Amino acid sequence: MTQKNIALIGNPNCGKSTLFNALTGLHQHVGNYPGITVEKHEGRLTVDGEQINLVDLPGTYSLTAYSEDELVARNYLVEQNPNAVLVLLDATNLERCLYLALQIQELGKPVIIVLNMMDELRRKGISIDMARLSRVLDAPVVGITARTGEGLDAVRKALGEMLAHPPAAKPVHISYGTDLDPALEDMQRRILDSNFLEGRYPARWLAVKYMEHDGEILARGEQGGPVHKELLATVESVARHTAATLDTEPVSLVADYRYGYISSLLRDVITRPSTARFDLTDKLDRILTNALLGPVIMLAVLYGLFWLTIQLGAAPQGWVEDFFGWLAELAEASLPEGELLSLVNDGIIAGVGGVLSFAPLILIMFFFLSFLEDSGYLARMAYMLDRVFRIFGLHGSSVVPYIIAGGIPGGCAVPGVMAARTLRSPRERIATVLTAPFLSCGAKTPVFLMIAIAFFPGTADRVLFLVTLAGWAGVLLVASFLRHTVIAGPPTPFVMELPPYRIPTLRGLLTHTWERVWMYVKKAGTVILAISILIWAAMTYPHLPEERLAAYEARISALSATEADKGQEASLEEKLLAIENERSQEALAHSFAGRIGTALESVTRPAGFDWRTNIALLGGFAAKEVIVSSLGTAYAMGQVSPEDYEELADAPSAGLAASLAADPHWGRPTAVAFMLFVLFYAPCFVTVAVIGREIGWHWAFFSIAFNTVFAYGIAVLAHTVGTHIFG
Amino acid sequence: MTLIPLRAMSINQTGIIASVKASGELGRRIRDMGLVPGTPVTIVGRAPLRDPVALRLRDFTMTLRNNEADHITVEV
Repeated sequence: MTQKNIALIGNPNCGKSTLFNALTGLHQHVGNYPGITVEKHEGRLTVDGEQINLVDLPGTYSLTAYSEDELVARNYLVEQNPNAVLVLLDATNLERCLYLALQIQELGKPVIIVLNMMDELRRKGISIDMARLSRVLDAPVVGITARTGEGLDAVRKALGEMLAHPPAAKPVHISYGTDLDPALEDMQRRILDSNFLEGRYPARWLAVKYMEHDGEILARGEQGGPVHKELLATVESVARHTAATLDTEPVSLVADYRYGYISSLLRDVITRPSTARFDLTDKLDRILTNALLGPVIMLAVLYGLFWLTIQLGAAPQGWVEDFFGWLAELAEASLPEGELLSLVNDGIIAGVGGVLSFAPLILIMFFFLSFLEDSGYLARMAYMLDRVFRIFGLHGSSVVPYIIAGGIPGGCAVPGVMAARTLRSPRERIATVLTAPFLSCGAKTPVFLMIAIAFFPGTADRVLFLVTLAGWAGVLLVASFLRHTVIAGPPTPFVMELPPYRIPTLRGLLTHTWERVWMYVKKAGTVILAISILIWAAMTYPHLPEERLAAYEARISALSATEADKGQEASLEEKLLAIENERSQEALAHSFAGRIGTALESVTRPAGFDWRTNIALLGGFAAKEVIVSSLGTAYAMGQVSPEDYEELADAPSAGLAASLAADPHWGRPTAVAFMLFVLFYAPCFVTVAVIGREIGWHWAFFSIAFNTVFAYGIAVLAHTVGTHIFG
Repeated sequence: MTLIPLRAMSINQTGIIASVKASGELGRRIRDMGLVPGTPVTIVGRAPLRDPVALRLRDFTMTLRNNEADHITVEV
């Protein structure tokens, strides 16, 4: 027997994922539809002892072809032909929700109408005549409150009945008025007579889609033979007629009549109280979107979100790091000294551990972000900030990803890029994802502090502030540039719902959060493991030639012999360390990374970077923390592991700062150029991996190349100008 | 009864949509939300920078930028 499929569909903000979670419990998994980034949620549910596959389709208002979400939903319904479709409606907002439900009925799918938020409906004193609604819609109607579990059994029961007695397919027939109906009937006949598109779609539905000039259907129809042209001609003549007589397009008429049909259906179904009851959402909005208080509260919420994420995340992040530190010690104790140990510790454990240490931050950030989103406040933030962001080709919803990515120093681009999921506008989302890595994340901050200590002593706070501003300037200017070039296109309309404020369910928050974290750990983890090993190899191979190693060995034993005689243990330690450092510096210079660094010197000279700086910057591609530690190695400050970077921000980096300040290659122009380059160049590879996952790998590679070229241009400019200013 | 652009409505003012002249994606999104001729709407607020505008129709609240509201006329 074949697996039975049920689709769940509904408007955004109508509690769809709450119902999905309640029906499937833990039996669910997330995947992607092939080739696109829309998530596919599937779960198992038991109806009358039978296991059934429940597919949670993306939340949409309509089934047109304007967004990936809508196309996914529509194609699933048409191609997979689910045994039943659960259409979830917000009972407090019936008209708009029925607009979607009707379109599914026009497709001829067997629907069960599920009215959610019955508790809110009762609070508002509104009553819905369910029996009558069921009769006029010719479909079962069930009332539930997904968040409390009320009515779930009735949903299962209705499903059981529908699966046991599958109704015959009968597309709902809506009249589109005297201007369209005759043409639609004519088109319907042609479609049926020619078996146009192999009868995959109901004829009238297809005719209506032609009327609506639906991009996807027209593209398919073009392959469908000569009928396509006839249908188009009919639509053209109707369009000319409606333009002349009604000053409107057929597509508008279709929507008008659908809403008119809904109004007539709902007559006598809904009874409202004579006086509207007070609405908490209106009261809250009066404060939360107030011209003065609104922005102040929003800043406080944004800062609070950021602060809580970093504060609460610090301890668990430390635990993860400690765990990997312990793992490294374990490896050291159980593996022989040599390349395998180096690979395990410096390559795999350092790389994967570094990535996993972000997981607590992502977990906490997504928990709060889900709270803001599910509560309805996120939509208000977008509403308040849209005017500002629109100037730069962005969207009001871009603010949250930016803040998390480091709009306030100390953020992280990885969760920032992932937070851009809340943007429903594709072009604006790509612009946001591509520019978010420009902000001063927590890993870049120690670099800026160290350079500030070295070259602008006593003004570290001001330097950090200016760098933060430079990051924001870069974000807005580049976003604007991208929106005029590679992702040019009209702004996505700000036609958006301001959903009522609702207290999110803990279960929903935890499910969202867990999905994000798991995806990050699983998918990013595999890419990162590979690149960690690659970078480790580049900085390790080829080894120094035997005779050079032998020379160092000889020096060490000679030194040990002479110093031991004098009995000066402390000075011996120091001198041995100096030799060790000299050796690792030479080994680094000899490695592939070192050779690349040297080869790049002629290119990076205009920005003031020598080969050692280049190695540090190459290492920074692994993780920006590595910049300070690689500079330490390259400038013979002793080997510093990436885990020590926090301390480097304080004491030892003062030593590195001093040696940079004394180095003839460095100076204020180079320092400024270096900070700007670090701010803007290629995102660390964890971020690149996440960008690839979120918006596609071509954009991930674009961000590496574009950001580096942009950063280089800025750095050269800064170095040139700086040389004139500082002399 | 006079026809005015939606943009010109003041907060708490109510009217009935007379026409929607937007086409393409904007027009489609506006229509999907149920902003079609004959629908009563009330302006419930404006963002702190006076744009976008928030309106109430069919038991829910939606937002629209001022330049998008220019495509809509209302009978007040």
